[in-house]
Amino acid sequence: MEAKKLNLTLKIWRQKNSNSAGSFIDYKVQVSPDASFLEMLDELNNSLELKGEEAVHFESDCREGICGTCGLVINGRPHGPLAKIATCQLHMRNFKDGDTLWVEPFRAKAFSVIKDLMVDRSGFDKILQAGGYISVNTGGVPDANAIPIPKEISSLAMDAAACIGCGACVAACKNASAMLFVSAKVSQYALLPQGQPERYQRVEKMVKVMDELGFGSCTNTYACEAECPKGISVTNIARLNRDFIMAKIKNKEVEV
Amino acid sequence: MSSFTKFLNSSIGKKLMMAVTGSFLLIFLIIHLIGNITLFFGAEAFNGYVGALDVVKPLIRVVEVVLLAAFVLHIFNGLKLWIENKRARGVNYKVNGSPENSALYSRTMFLSGSIIFIFLVSHLGTFFWRFNVYDPMGLANIHQYFDIVVYFFGIWWYVILYVIAMVLLGFHLNHGFQSAFQTFGWNHKKYFPLIQKIGAIYAVFMAIGFASMPIYFFFFYGGNQ
Ligand code: HEM
Repeated sequence: MEAKKLNLTLKIWRQKNSNSAGSFIDYKVQVSPDASFLEMLDELNNSLELKGEEAVHFESDCREGICGTCGLVINGRPHGPLAKIATCQLHMRNFKDGDTLWVEPFRAKAFSVIKDLMVDRSGFDKILQAGGYISVNTGGVPDANAIPIPKEISSLAMDAAACIGCGACVAACKNASAMLFVSAKVSQYALLPQGQPERYQRVEKMVKVMDELGFGSCTNTYACEAECPKGISVTNIARLNRDFIMAKIKNKEVEV
Repeated sequence: MSSFTKFLNSSIGKKLMMAVTGSFLLIFLIIHLIGNITLFFGAEAFNGYVGALDVVKPLIRVVEVVLLAAFVLHIFNGLKLWIENKRARGVNYKVNGSPENSALYSRTMFLSGSIIFIFLVSHLGTFFWRFNVYDPMGLANIHQYFDIVVYFFGIWWYVILYVIAMVLLGFHLNHGFQSAFQTFGWNHKKYFPLIQKIGAIYAVFMAIGFASMPIYFFFFYGGNQ
C-alpha cells in the first residue's frame, strides 16, 4: 500500500546567475513520504519542464552521502534538520503534511551562487591546492603498513579524513568560516607520519589561502560540528590552532 | 610586513589576540571581585583596602596600563572581527537556523561585549575617575571611598544598568572562558566538558558576585532612602 502523500509548500531560492538578484518562488508539491528530498526536487523539475519552465538548479552526485556534492539549506539548517546526514539522505517522512519549507543555497561571500541553489565551492579546491597533500616525488610504492601507526592515531586521522568537503560547515557558521574543513584536512595529515615533513608549511599555506578567499574567522560557536554530515569534531580546529602557533616557532627555525 | 604582524593579522592570529587579552581580563576580574568583597564588611574595611592599594600605587599604575592595553586590543580586535565576519556571510539567510545548532551565548559575544563596554565607560567615569582624579563631592580626598560607592549604588538607574551589564558579563564569560581554551588549541574530548563546566561556574560566580554589590547597597544598606 502506498503511504499517504504529503502536501508541501516549497519556497525555493531562484537566481538566474551570479550577477543577478534572486528571490524566493513558491511551489506546491505532493510527495511520497518515502521520497528523498532530492527526489522531490527531481519530480518538481519534471513537472516544471513539462510546463516549459526552467528547472531548479541544484547539485548532487552519489546520492548516498559520501561525495559531498549536494547541499541545501532547509529551514535555516544546512542539509536539513537531521544530524549527520547529507541532503541526499534526508527523506520526506521527516516532514509533516502542510509544512512550508524554505530552500536556500549555502550562503557565504566565498561561495558565490552560480544559479539557483548551486554555489561555487572552488575555494575549497584552492585551499587544498595550497597544501592539502603530501609530496612523494620519488621511489616505488611503499609497502602498506611499513610505518607502524598506533590504531588510536590512525582512527583519529580517519575521522578527520571522513570530511567530504561539502561546505555545510561554512554554510552553518555565522561567520562563514571554513575552519572545520581546513582543520579536518590539516589534521588528516598532521596525525600521520607521512604528513610530518610538510606539517608546518602546510598549515600556514592553507590558512593563508583560506583568509584570502574571504572566509570568516572561528568564533567557536561549534555550529559547524552540529551540522556536519560526517560529524567532524571541533577538536580538529583546536589542533589547527595549535599547529598554526607551532608553525610560527618551527618554521622560523628552518628559515635562513 | 614582518612575520609577526602577518601572524597577528591572520584569522587565527586575531583570534589568539582575543584569547590572550580575554584571558588576562578573566584573571583581572577574579582579583577585582575579591578586592571589592571588602564592601560587605563596611566603610573601614573598604577604605582600608583602597588605601592599601594607594601604598603600592606605582605597581598599580603599571597594572592599569597593561589592563588598558588589554581592553583596547580586545575591543578593537573584537569590533574588527565582527565586521569582517558579517562581511564573510554576504547575503543573510531568510530562515535563521542557528538556535538549533549553537548556544545563544556564543552568537551574542559582540552584543554582550558592547553592553560591557558601555558599562565600562560609565564605571570608569564614576568610580575610577572619582577615586583617582577628581571627586566633586570631595570624599576621595578624605579617603571616604565607601561613601562614593554608597552614593552611586543609591541611584536606581545606575543600579539597573549595573545589574544588566553583569548579567551580560556572565553570558560573555560563559562562552569566552571555554572559547579561549579552544583558541589556544587546548581541546580534548576527555577534559573539555570539565573546562566548559568550570567556565559556566566562573561566569555565574562573577555575575552574581559583582551584581550583588549594587543590589545589597540599594535594597539593604539603605542607599535608596
Ligand atoms: C571584563 C571584560 C571582558 C572579559 C573578561 C572578556 C573575555 C573574553 C574572552 C575570554 C573571549 C574569548 C576569546 C576567544 O574566543 O578565544 C572574549 C571574546 C570576545 N569579546 Fe570579550 N571580554 C571582555 C570584554 C569585552 C568587551 C568590552 C568587548 C567589546 C566589544 C568584548 C568583545 C568580545 C568579542 C566580540 C569576542 C568574540 C571574539 C571572537 O570570538 O571572534 N569583550 N572575551
